[in-house]
Amino acid sequence: MANALDPHAAIATTASGLTGGALRTADGRPLVRALARSQKRARRRAFLLVLPLLAFVLITFVVPIGQMLQRSFYNDGFSANMPQLSQWFADHPRGTEPDEAAWAALAADLTASAEARTIGVVGTRINYDVPGTRSLFTSTGRQVRRGLEPPYRAALLDINDDWAEPRLWSAMREASRPVTGNFYLAALDRSRADDGSIQQVEPRQRVYVMLFMRTFWLSLLITAITFVLGFPIAHLLATLPMRRSNLLMILVLLPFWTSLLVRTTSWMVLLQQQGVINDILVWLGVIGGTGRLQMIYNQTGTIIAMTHILLPFMILPLYSVMRTINPSYVRAARSLGATSWTAFRRVYFPQTLPGLGAGALLVFILAVGYYITPALVGGSSGQLISNMIAMHMTDTLNWSMAAALAALLLAAVLLLYWVYDRMVGIDNLKLG
Amino acid sequence: MAVPTYASPLERIWHYAYLVICGLIFFFLIAPIVVIIPLSFNVEPYFTFTDRMLSFDPEGYSMRWYRSLLTFGMQNPNATGWAFWSDAWANANWIKAAKNSIIIGVFSTLLATVLGTLAALGLSRPEMPFRRLIMAILISPMIVPLIITATGMFFFYSNPCEMLGVVGLPTNCGRLAGTYLGVILAHATLGIPFVIITVTATLVGFDQSLNRAAASLGAGPRTTFFRVTMPLILPGVISGALFAFVTSFDEVVAVLFIAGPDQQTIPRQMWNGIREQISPAILAVATLLVIFSIALLTTVELLRRRSERIRGVTPR
Repeated sequence: MANALDPHAAIATTASGLTGGALRTADGRPLVRALARSQKRARRRAFLLVLPLLAFVLITFVVPIGQMLQRSFYNDGFSANMPQLSQWFADHPRGTEPDEAAWAALAADLTASAEARTIGVVGTRINYDVPGTRSLFTSTGRQVRRGLEPPYRAALLDINDDWAEPRLWSAMREASRPVTGNFYLAALDRSRADDGSIQQVEPRQRVYVMLFMRTFWLSLLITAITFVLGFPIAHLLATLPMRRSNLLMILVLLPFWTSLLVRTTSWMVLLQQQGVINDILVWLGVIGGTGRLQMIYNQTGTIIAMTHILLPFMILPLYSVMRTINPSYVRAARSLGATSWTAFRRVYFPQTLPGLGAGALLVFILAVGYYITPALVGGSSGQLISNMIAMHMTDTLNWSMAAALAALLLAAVLLLYWVYDRMVGIDNLKLG
Repeated sequence: MAVPTYASPLERIWHYAYLVICGLIFFFLIAPIVVIIPLSFNVEPYFTFTDRMLSFDPEGYSMRWYRSLLTFGMQNPNATGWAFWSDAWANANWIKAAKNSIIIGVFSTLLATVLGTLAALGLSRPEMPFRRLIMAILISPMIVPLIITATGMFFFYSNPCEMLGVVGLPTNCGRLAGTYLGVILAHATLGIPFVIITVTATLVGFDQSLNRAAASLGAGPRTTFFRVTMPLILPGVISGALFAFVTSFDEVVAVLFIAGPDQQTIPRQMWNGIREQISPAILAVATLLVIFSIALLTTVELLRRRSERIRGVTPR
């Protein structure tokens, strides 16, 4: 039957049997290859559209953060400016008493560094580990520029007795290597003893672990509170008719769109001792005029303000999941004899879990990194780890310490982000 | 949301209790924002309602904090007429801050929107390689804590070229910290995730056969984009741009770290005002910002509805 002139037969043979050669395009190229080429071109086109933005974000965001993180384990403030002493430390193992050669190296480096006006950098670096030593370096620097005579040990001790301090020498040894894990140790409230072992710092200096714990604990608490407050609201919005729920939705979206500083200011105004809430409580007779509550500049202030600010981030994902839940499931459960509580617990609530997961992760991720609100309403007991990073950046200028703390915080956030991506998918992130 | 007919009395009570609870939570959400509006008209420098305000005595209210906003930083606050307004325009700190906020906001929004929309178009194509990874990178400025971003930017913008030398780019340019360009670039980075998210969301429902139809009728890629794709995704692009603008308009941490005294923006001015000694003039600014956000919210909501209408997505 098959006729060479019958077009159907020809197609049938080429399409079904692989014997008759591959399908070809109109201009005679094999279809498989033409398809692969056009797909490759489409991929390249799609990628070219993304490329400008990707390059922009890499340059202005990823690279800066990477370089900032580099400071957490690399600080050549001492080693670059004190090369001879650093070399002496490298040649002599830990525990060696500094001999005259070491003192000579110190004197030579101090002189050179004072000439090059980098002595402040060196002093700042040692000051991280032994507070108060920056002035020792700068004042010695001024004097050594007039010239030092050997023996150098005696000459330097003549300028200041503190140079013999063993703690100073062990700090200089630690600083003599530019690559160091000491900032991470410090971020975990640990330090290196003279014999090189790792130990906990004195109890009154243990602040960072406590701050990390507080940050995580408060974020967890705030996540829990936003869940408790957000769940009924999301449920109400999802079950009301569209018109009414849209109207009420404005009450959720308005705070979402209002400036963070405005909302923080409002809470400062409301929670002050002479503020609206205390006035109302006094007026109601709940508290006496003298017993006004301290609700701000402490943890309470941080919790209240952050809960208010992050609540919409819980409500919106919960709402969008609850909208899709079919109400007939709950009705079916009720018709099968479940009480309303059982129907809620066994049928409705499990279906809201994706929204709950999305909202909780989002709120937690944002809470862990909060800076502005705790700084303004937190006082000293409501500060989070972000505030400590800012303090090291602007006040103590211990940038390596700031970077080490930032690295630990970033690791936690990226881990959560990864979990979020796995569970929710970042493509499903919605706004408003 | 009515009580079903089969509900037990206990369930009825719970239902009304539930409505009351929701009412209280809505009150918690909205009251802090509303309460500062009347307080900003307080004639006294207090942060609470005075007796005169509560009895609606017009004497208890005044515009003095709004006036003090305007005159703060002016050279001659007692001038009248034209001289007053030109002095305010040139010297008043809050007006300068508003100008800076708008300049920085507009340019960073433009940058973020153009780059972001292009990228969202690429990302929504089915052929896009490494889609998930790239998306994760582009969204990360929203996820990484601002203090970390600002810290990284602080070093980078102080000496961008030396920093870029590490990755093999030319090393002859100046410092960007303390310049408008630096702040604009930083804010564009922070606004990008919002543009990506909103535009990708619009493109999810986008019917690719429209593009094919245009092509089959002889339109080139550019014509197709401007005549078919663009009008359809425009609402999403605009609301993404508004998000980016608000992000820039509200951003303070990066500004604190990389802006110089010339780039004082409204949030930074507020931050200073709150930290030093808080005066009710802050409440006047806050009130103006609340009105501004109501306007933005309305715009976004209208855009969302329009977008749903033209894409034929019926609201559930």
